[in-house]
Amino acid sequence: MTRTEIRNFLITIVLFALAALIPLSDSGFWLSMGITIATYMVLSTSWALFSGPTHYISLATGAFYGIGMFTVGVGIEVVPYWGLVIIAAVIGAVLAALIGLATLRLSGVYFVIFTLGLAELVRQIVTWVQTTMGSSSGLYVLTNITEPIIFWELLVLGIIVYFIGWWINRSRLGFALRIIGNDEVVAVHSGINTAAAKIILFVISGTVATIVGALLAPRLSYIESSIAFSPMLSFIVVITALLGGAQRLWGPIVGVIPFMLVWDFLTATFPNQTTLMLGICFLLVVYAIPHGFAGLIEKNSHRLRGRG
Amino acid sequence: MAGRAALSVKNATKNFGGLIAVNQMSFDIEEHEVLGLIGPNGSGKTTMMNLISGALRISSGHIQMFGHIISGQSASQISRLGVSRTFQLVRMLNSMTVLENVEAGGVFGHRKLWDSSLQMQAVEMLEKVGMGDAVYSPISALTYIDQKRVELARALMSDPRLLLLDEWLAGLNPSELQIGIDLVNSLGEEGRTIIVVEHVMDAIRSLCDRCVVMNSGYKIAEGTPGEVLADEQVIQAYLGDDHA
Repeated sequence: MTRTEIRNFLITIVLFALAALIPLSDSGFWLSMGITIATYMVLSTSWALFSGPTHYISLATGAFYGIGMFTVGVGIEVVPYWGLVIIAAVIGAVLAALIGLATLRLSGVYFVIFTLGLAELVRQIVTWVQTTMGSSSGLYVLTNITEPIIFWELLVLGIIVYFIGWWINRSRLGFALRIIGNDEVVAVHSGINTAAAKIILFVISGTVATIVGALLAPRLSYIESSIAFSPMLSFIVVITALLGGAQRLWGPIVGVIPFMLVWDFLTATFPNQTTLMLGICFLLVVYAIPHGFAGLIEKNSHRLRGRG
Repeated sequence: MAGRAALSVKNATKNFGGLIAVNQMSFDIEEHEVLGLIGPNGSGKTTMMNLISGALRISSGHIQMFGHIISGQSASQISRLGVSRTFQLVRMLNSMTVLENVEAGGVFGHRKLWDSSLQMQAVEMLEKVGMGDAVYSPISALTYIDQKRVELARALMSDPRLLLLDEWLAGLNPSELQIGIDLVNSLGEEGRTIIVVEHVMDAIRSLCDRCVVMNSGYKIAEGTPGEVLADEQVIQAYLGDDHA
């Protein structure tokens, strides 16, 4: 490890340790906000692992997240909770691999639309299965898992995601993805199996999103398809990752924290115009900060270093 | 130049719907040979190159490299078997440094380097193409000929058994052209097996051991540069009936 890597590693550990103290001092607003931020930190960071280098914008996060939730909801009476989290992860991974195989030839806007449609398709199937098989439209998840535990689980998952991201960035796989993102023609003629590289990353990112859904199920107690498969979730993940900067591993978290604080204020102030607010946020991010906070920070630090 | 056939093209045909871009092409290239693939615009040269590198899938016929059929395999598989190429319109990885652009050719292909051996090899290749000073430059700082050099260095990174240069000399000014010709000549002297697609006649004469001439998808002539450039059919193809 280089000196900067050791420094970044230590900073990350300290920040996570500080974050882990939140539930001890507060159990109301800030814990709730902490869970939301931790949720989107994990989702956006894992989203950026795939979409950052390849520039494939996926709107399927909500589908994976919802599947995670429903896996827990369906099985909670039969299987121990941790068993369900593992089952959810396996389902998420298999689904991501299948989608990856099916969408290999799609690029640009076609891929975006496909993933958006996929989330809706999965939601419709789940709703249909529920209404034909079961009696109620929702599922109860009653456990003794408290909010602080969920928060800590998300932090641990976040550390795992950062570790995976760090490992990918320094591996051949990471190099292959950067080449693919630059020019796929050069990538194939350099001997890269572009399909395999993209599928591996899509599977990692989809699996993480499914696990997040499974971890958050106990928080809701009552799971409904319209909440579990909210397309809003997929959009927020994209916005926060772009706001922070999807090219850097630490980019999304820099976007998630300010965005969720502002978002909380906006949804409280304009409860009936959230979709409009989301759209405005999207436009502002894309026009005002195209490379995200990470891009701004790096540009300014280069400038400072250049002067010094 | 007695060697075994490095590449053997047999009745290669490529049609796009009703348009036949490459029609029953057959030719061989021996190991350590520099073969020129020439012909007027739209005669199917680049399509032929794309069939060899796997960028396009062959419609019928087959292509063998050192006795193994490579047609039908994907471009990445063919690259791993030892075919490297440059592109008609130079293709750079714009968000990466010059060094990384070159390294990209040496990790996943015919040769699989990593870490310090990769970096050493990349610097060596950049020095070979005369770009030793630009190792850490961003791509945006490079001139056109320098980008072409970087692309060549990338293609050489995998120690290719067959190198395809698609109009690598196009768009260079006269002094750059001489540098470019010398560079490709030095590769030929090293014993590389190379197919060049070119329009520049001076380059063809000084580079190629042998030429294959294409017109409208067909092979119309084959032989040394002197022979084919004096061929009546070739002159007709380039200049029209009046000059024949």
